Amino acid sequence: MTQKDIKLFTPTTVVLLVIMAAGGLAALYRVFFGLGASTHLSNIWPWGLWISFDVLGGVALAAGGFVIAGTVYLLNWKKYKPIVRPAILNAFFGYALAATSITLDIGVPWRIWHPVVMWQVNSIMFIVAIHVVLYTTTLATESSPLIFEKLNMPRALHFVEKIMVGIVLFGVLLSTLHQSSLGAVFLIAPTKVSPLWYSSRLPYMFLVSAVMLALSMVSFETILSSRVFKHEPPRDILLGLARGSLVVTGFYLVLKLWDLITGPGIGYALNGSLVSNMYLLEMILGIILPFVLLLMNNVRTRLNGIFFVNVLVIIGTVLNRLNVGIVSMAEYNGRMGYDYFPSWMEFLVTMAMIAFAILGFKISVKYLNVLKLEH
Amino acid sequence: MSMNRRDFLKTAAAGSGILLASTVTPANASMPKELPPEAVGILYDATLCIGCKSCMVNCKTYNNVPGGALYLPGRATSYEVKPGEPYWDSATDLSSKTVNVIKVNKSGTAVNKDNNENGYSFIKQHCLHCITPACVSVCPVGALRKNPVTGVVYYEESRCIGCRYCMIGCPFNIPRYEYERAIPQVRKCQLCQHRYEEGKYSACCEFCPTGASIFGKVVDLRKEAAKRLTLKPGDVYDFPVQTVGSKEKSRRPVSKYINHVYGMKEAGGTQYLLLAGVPFDWLGFNKNISEAYLPDLTWAYIAKIPAVIAGVILVGTATWAITKNRNKDKEE
Repeated sequence: MTQKDIKLFTPTTVVLLVIMAAGGLAALYRVFFGLGASTHLSNIWPWGLWISFDVLGGVALAAGGFVIAGTVYLLNWKKYKPIVRPAILNAFFGYALAATSITLDIGVPWRIWHPVVMWQVNSIMFIVAIHVVLYTTTLATESSPLIFEKLNMPRALHFVEKIMVGIVLFGVLLSTLHQSSLGAVFLIAPTKVSPLWYSSRLPYMFLVSAVMLALSMVSFETILSSRVFKHEPPRDILLGLARGSLVVTGFYLVLKLWDLITGPGIGYALNGSLVSNMYLLEMILGIILPFVLLLMNNVRTRLNGIFFVNVLVIIGTVLNRLNVGIVSMAEYNGRMGYDYFPSWMEFLVTMAMIAFAILGFKISVKYLNVLKLEH
Repeated sequence: MSMNRRDFLKTAAAGSGILLASTVTPANASMPKELPPEAVGILYDATLCIGCKSCMVNCKTYNNVPGGALYLPGRATSYEVKPGEPYWDSATDLSSKTVNVIKVNKSGTAVNKDNNENGYSFIKQHCLHCITPACVSVCPVGALRKNPVTGVVYYEESRCIGCRYCMIGCPFNIPRYEYERAIPQVRKCQLCQHRYEEGKYSACCEFCPTGASIFGKVVDLRKEAAKRLTLKPGDVYDFPVQTVGSKEKSRRPVSKYINHVYGMKEAGGTQYLLLAGVPFDWLGFNKNISEAYLPDLTWAYIAKIPAVIAGVILVGTATWAITKNRNKDKEE
């Protein structure tokens, strides 16, 4: 399939546009009538779906950008070069999702720039804010060759390619800090976060699980786009990613089990409460099952098998972010007499963000040289 | 890739320079841990409280003026009932309109005061003004601050972006948010800081008729609290009213206390101290609150950032230098 063959106005596109329009209206409603009118947040539940899914999840889903860029430019593993561009573009959309949602989630959106000038170095939130700004800029630089190629600007293109290794190193550094700092956000609340997730290793867990998710997300995307845009999937790359997944998933599984045993103990996870069952779901669906499947040769070497594992890891890691951000506080907040379930407007805005990312990716593939398809 | 080692090092150095400049922090950046010698606070004695809620009413009245914790231009009061409704304000919990609340906990027949068996106890809930406040440490823009002299934890609305991290960070669940407004603020007790500047003190203490809430320097309040725990139930004692050094006393028999001054050690110590005749977890206080300084938990991460920066740059550069010839044969 060539770029010209990609049809923009398909039924899927129409559905995506409708979701985006509806989500846009909900976002406007939130701006004019406030968080109380549009969300189910409360004094006991100050953070909900937008923080846990859009911000924690969006940033984790964007980890493919720094993992693949680092692999290609710092480890000089050129085999993976064909997937650098889609991975970075995906990261850019992940960060756009996170940045837009946090702007809607904070009470006074037009003051979003305050942390950049009002430094408060004791605050993890300050660290997070600075990283979002710096890394979004870095991602824009990393993906700028797409634009320079399109606009036929060889000198700018040459300049960016010349400094690319430095930019990628900077991006890897920012991502290492940013992924881990999102876990560090919760260190301040030892009495609120369930011991199933709370530990001083939380920042490290976020970093490792982001790398695990990165490999699966990039692989998922590569297989999916080869189906959608009908080109031959790069088998060699996908098998390599699957081997990487096996190693990282195994490492993360050991970490999680170590954390459980040295923390609340295995019995706590099996006590049958909703919170414990959510923990088990995350563990089994997102870590244990993918690890066991990847151990099997006939899964790890077949694209269908790899694709299935990718889906499990993506669901499992996003579930982990939802668990840390929402479920982990359910027992504490429940004792205070408060429950939380997102409002339909919260869901709608989140769905619109996902629709935006999918459509944005598709448009980029059509007009920019993301997948190196024929023109 | 056409980049030589010198270009690479230049870019890496520039990048790391920017990042180092933005993350290396002065040594005193971590939070203060000592009680300021002139710090002021409140001692609440639940055994003296009669539940009249005079403190709640006057809290609202005297904080609805410029500088007050509940002030909103154009709003006369912050009562929870709608205008025209024939009810007295009946806040049952802290909210964006109530930063001080009297609650009652009952059990069984609820006839014995300050008893958790077939009894009841009042409790007064508001900001505890921690010595090392988690809310101040987590605020990304410094909208919540601690006065270095009085130790009051106060709020600067013009800085606040509304991220509500303070609400996650506070171990006592004190900060409240104006979800009902399109341009919301955080609301919490600011110890009537605006009145202290005028030579007055917290309204809840000034209008407490029994001396259940008394204002004063924290060092004096700690002494007073410790002294009360040494008294025997039934002894007659002159309880100071309004302030800890007040000449006005309320003479009455001492009730039975549990042997715990809440706020001496909780979350590293607070400037609001509480005494009661029943255990504090029975009154709804979290019994798992750590005695450690909460901001240390996040500082442990932040303090490692410079090392991470150096480590990633070193390892990244070394990896690049070692592996850059790896695929040359294949490519050429």
